[in-house]
Amino acid sequence: MSPEIRDKYQVVIGLEVHAQMLTKSKAYSSDVNEFGSKPNSNVSVVTVGHPGTLPKMNRKTIDFAIRLGLACESDIAEHQNFARKNYFYPDLPKGYQITQDLTPICTNGNVYIKDDEGNEKAIRLTRIHMEEDAGKSIHDVDVFDTLVDLNRAGVPLVEIVSEPDLRSSQEAYNYLTEVRKLVRYLEICDGNMEESSLRCDANISVMLKGAKEYGRRVEVKNMNSIRNVQKAIEFEINRHIEAVEKGEVIAQETRSYDALKNITISMRSKEAANDYRFFPEPDLQPLVIKQAQIDAIKAEMPALPRDLFLKYTTELKLSEYDAYNLTDSKELALYYEQIILHTSNYKAAANLMMGDIKSYLNHNGIGMIDFPISPKIIANLISIIDDGKISSTTASQKIFPALLDTPDKAPLKIAEEMNLIQDSNEDDLLQIIAEVIANNSAEAERYKNGEKQLTGFFMGQLMKASKGKIDPKTANIFMRKTLEEL
Amino acid sequence: MKISEETVDHIAHLARLEFEGESKDTIREDLNRIVEFIDKLKEVETDNVEPLIYMTDEVNRLREDDPKVTLTQDEVLKNAPKKDSDYFRIPKVLDK
Repeated sequence: MSPEIRDKYQVVIGLEVHAQMLTKSKAYSSDVNEFGSKPNSNVSVVTVGHPGTLPKMNRKTIDFAIRLGLACESDIAEHQNFARKNYFYPDLPKGYQITQDLTPICTNGNVYIKDDEGNEKAIRLTRIHMEEDAGKSIHDVDVFDTLVDLNRAGVPLVEIVSEPDLRSSQEAYNYLTEVRKLVRYLEICDGNMEESSLRCDANISVMLKGAKEYGRRVEVKNMNSIRNVQKAIEFEINRHIEAVEKGEVIAQETRSYDALKNITISMRSKEAANDYRFFPEPDLQPLVIKQAQIDAIKAEMPALPRDLFLKYTTELKLSEYDAYNLTDSKELALYYEQIILHTSNYKAAANLMMGDIKSYLNHNGIGMIDFPISPKIIANLISIIDDGKISSTTASQKIFPALLDTPDKAPLKIAEEMNLIQDSNEDDLLQIIAEVIANNSAEAERYKNGEKQLTGFFMGQLMKASKGKIDPKTANIFMRKTLEEL
Repeated sequence: MKISEETVDHIAHLARLEFEGESKDTIREDLNRIVEFIDKLKEVETDNVEPLIYMTDEVNRLREDDPKVTLTQDEVLKNAPKKDSDYFRIPKVLDK
């Protein structure tokens, strides 16, 4: 498709994100909430929908949903009811999903993302509500039967519904990345899209720029990574524009993303629209959320990625790039927070984090939590560099690897034992320079005759003679000075 | 007759039930009687009355997040018409 045609259209996207809550038990019954258990082993009479059984709400789910609502600047509803959403499907034995219809726990709110120009943009939330997951149907194992595992049935979910504020597949990607970061910082969901503990449905439409009415909307499901969400949206945008250009009408329908072929396929048309017949769930008493409860949760809120990002770029004067990388995961950010309790060289701490520490973690395929060196020792290492006792090259190449073996040893002690303390004594330095020049008199003569490029040769000789114990920067200054005075 | 044949078909489909011939007429009459009864109730003045959903005034009937194993896998699968050692087995469902 030509960019000119593409440019005629405005893309409009809204996302619905389902996040499985990291509670120990299910939403409305006490069965174990655990991924990867033996099929149908985390099931109770409530989950299988036996007659006469009654649900009872998990306190933790509510706290988690409030935590998320507070992080998204949402309004928390004081009075809430549950509702039944009725439909037949084998992985929903009760015949209805218990959800929140008219009184979601959170309304309004914002998730802040970077738009396509790199500016901050607020994506408004319509609502966040609590509900339960369905079981799992496995269609592709047996030729004749579908297999049903009810372990997932009843697992608490929150559904986060955005306004149609997203304007490109990249913005959708950024939004989903932010939402995943948020639920992970809040420790309410592990955010694992591959295991579908975080799922996303995308509502996509296109319209001519300047049009007043949105185009016909299509919902796309079954994307198991953030990248696939972006790809599925991109596919849909092109499909829609091509159809509209040909004068065709887009069918309002639900489509499924096929990651192997990178296409979407119609699932069922909405004309046989689901009639969910929502009505109040009489088996669960209403909720009343008191301000005191919200305040208590607010008091326990962890630092959020956006707050830390702002702190790093304004107070600590780090670049946006550094701040973004440091806040990418909570573990990294918390470690960095610990380092800067002990040093005020924020930039050096950021460099160490994103350099030596990150590459060590990546190389060994481990997380921050398994990193052996304490933040205080890292701060120590920074301070002996700042004091001129070792160069940052020595720190990175010699001390850092040594610390990995003996994480509790003071960096200064390691430097001393390895005889790496830099000679900052000028007399000593000048003495070595004089020796180097004396030992290389032919080159000194050539330098005097104008071969200035020999500076590099002399520096090399100097570093060798000093066994790397001098600060290259200072040495360079003195070396040049001495050579000029020959 | 307020309930049309189409409405019966629609409701029957939603409930995964089938009515043909005489049984369809019977259920249609039944449904009509229910609707008439509701119409009768509508005569009562309810403008300032909140709908009654719950039989008690209790709120926040919550439980702690303590997981419990109450059924074994065998027990869970015990009454299934078709099953294997791990799963409920059902006729193939193709799309969802």
